[in-house]
Amino acid sequence: MEPTHTEVVSRDLTVQNPEGLHLRPAGKLARLATEYNCSLELERCGQVADCRSMISLMTLGASQGSVLTLRASGPDADSAVEAIARLFESRFDEL
Amino acid sequence: MLELQGIAVSPGVAVGKALVFDREGYSIDRCLISKEETASEWQRLVTAVERAHRALADRGEKTSASWGADLGGIFTAQQQLLVDPHIRSEMDHLIRDNLYSAEYAVSEVFAKYAAAFRKASSSFLAERAADVRDVERTLLEALTGKPAQTLKSLMNEAIVVSHDLTPGETASFDPEKVLAICTEAGGPGGHTAIVARGMEIPAVVGVGNFLHNIRSGDEVIIDGHLGRIFVSPDQATLDRYRERRMARASIVSQLSELKDFPATTTDGVRVELMANVEFPNEAQASLTRGADGVGLYRTEFLYLGHDTEPSEEDHYLAYLKVLKDMQGRPVVIRTLDLGADKMGQTRPIEPENNPFLGLRSIRLSLRNPSLFRVQVRAILRAACAGDCRIMFPMVTTLDEFRSAKFLLRSVTEDLVSEGVRVPSSLQVGMMVEVPAAVLMLDRFIEEIDFVSIGTNDLTQYTLAVDRSNDSVADLYQACDPAVLRLIQRTQQITSEHGKSTSVCGEMSNNPAYALLLVGMGIRTLSLAPSAIPVIKKAIRSVTLGQCEAMAWRALRLGTAREVDAFLMNQLAGLVPEIVLQA
Repeated sequence: MEPTHTEVVSRDLTVQNPEGLHLRPAGKLARLATEYNCSLELERCGQVADCRSMISLMTLGASQGSVLTLRASGPDADSAVEAIARLFESRFDEL
Repeated sequence: MLELQGIAVSPGVAVGKALVFDREGYSIDRCLISKEETASEWQRLVTAVERAHRALADRGEKTSASWGADLGGIFTAQQQLLVDPHIRSEMDHLIRDNLYSAEYAVSEVFAKYAAAFRKASSSFLAERAADVRDVERTLLEALTGKPAQTLKSLMNEAIVVSHDLTPGETASFDPEKVLAICTEAGGPGGHTAIVARGMEIPAVVGVGNFLHNIRSGDEVIIDGHLGRIFVSPDQATLDRYRERRMARASIVSQLSELKDFPATTTDGVRVELMANVEFPNEAQASLTRGADGVGLYRTEFLYLGHDTEPSEEDHYLAYLKVLKDMQGRPVVIRTLDLGADKMGQTRPIEPENNPFLGLRSIRLSLRNPSLFRVQVRAILRAACAGDCRIMFPMVTTLDEFRSAKFLLRSVTEDLVSEGVRVPSSLQVGMMVEVPAAVLMLDRFIEEIDFVSIGTNDLTQYTLAVDRSNDSVADLYQACDPAVLRLIQRTQQITSEHGKSTSVCGEMSNNPAYALLLVGMGIRTLSLAPSAIPVIKKAIRSVTLGQCEAMAWRALRLGTAREVDAFLMNQLAGLVPEIVLQA
């Protein structure tokens, strides 16, 4: 039986790389998100993007210093949030 | 006639028909399909996505190979856009529910996002619109099986006029067909500028909105020296530019016949003409111009215009390509000359008051040994592929040179202990760009293998003139007697010790100055590949005695203006046929 209530894991993440969430970082994030089964969304100033869709991530227009809220719910939500937070902290491997 | 002013980023003049490269105008049939066709239409789109995916992968690999992995990575990200779930479900909806043809659906969805990006307030998002259109075009090409308006296969020569150009587009141009480039957007440090210069295509960017005033087929003049554009020029302007271009073309064709002849004076003194190159691809081009080697390989391009620090492998592959392409001819690699006007990712924490007197060039490298070691390792690993030499820029004190050499030695030892083959001996030189180094050269000389004079910085530091400052730019004169005396002293000290001096600044590109330098005893000049033919012609037209007489007289004059007037007059007498070029 499906659980009736799924807990939402959420965390605030800061965009640290100078170029912001542009083409390559959004591509990397979308690729990473497809490895998890939980729902993953990123919110900036009321605008919500699906982490698996690179185009919706780019539409957030998040530049360096933007604070985004990541929300995940589903079986592997915790590990997904951890992995995505690491990607932000590594500045998407772009200096 | 419409006259416009932009930023000149790649020199040269072109007169020809405009080709307005307007991606917004990509025309596709807005056709609808029947309900029964939706499944097969969707399948057609899925197959096209797969084909486009392969095309982008291919473009990424080719771009990585020619211009580095960072530019190549743009296309990897574009591949991800192709399989984006949102884009996919929107296209699915348009085909199944609205009965759009696949082409119609693709253009509808991509155009929507490109327009949203363009309107975005942040400039970084606006620039991404070009990437969205790039992916759309690739997908439409895969669907229709015929190339969209592309410049790869231009039938006729044309001047490409566009709002902006993507890196992919610029790198794919055929320099034989694209006479010049002109864009509304862009700046001197953009990809279009850097690539156009490397490909020797005249270019003017940053013109501002004017595409509504021009149509394909209109006559246009692009002046890549002055950054000027004439749309539908009047007869007088056209005649003026045609005349100049014809005179230039006839000289160029005469000069190209000299390609396989050495630069030797009529009395048999050989002068080596080396190329200054920036991109690995230019090595091949410099051979076509008849270069004897690469006298200055600038390595900053690996850093500029990229988002990430280049890896050791990026450096290595670039150097390996140049060394292999030059087939055993000497290649002098200058280590990083970043700072001041050229910044990579390693920016100083505090903005500097006087960046040209600040943490730049060898100072920056020595302060960041981890960055410096990566480059030196790559140079040493590639060195066995040809006649590789290394030179450190902007050395001011003996301590700096010793520290750089110490680092070189320690990297060599590391590589040897890792079992990597490195050359048994490597010539190590320094660039003379600071008067202090000239004054101390008698102490440097025992520790260096060769010297290359960078006249651009030497002039700036000797005359205390920032040449990027308009109010004093007229004081910047490479032929100032003070600069000439420093060159003379450098040449005398090196030749007394049996070592060579080359001159690699812009001064070598000017035929009158080149003859003066030969008269002063310089036997190696390193110059822009495009200037090699005309300098070769000048040298092959004179005797060493004539050059020495020029130098003797010039070194006794008191002002830059006198020197310049004297040299121009001499050139007109000795090699009148090339004076138009100057």
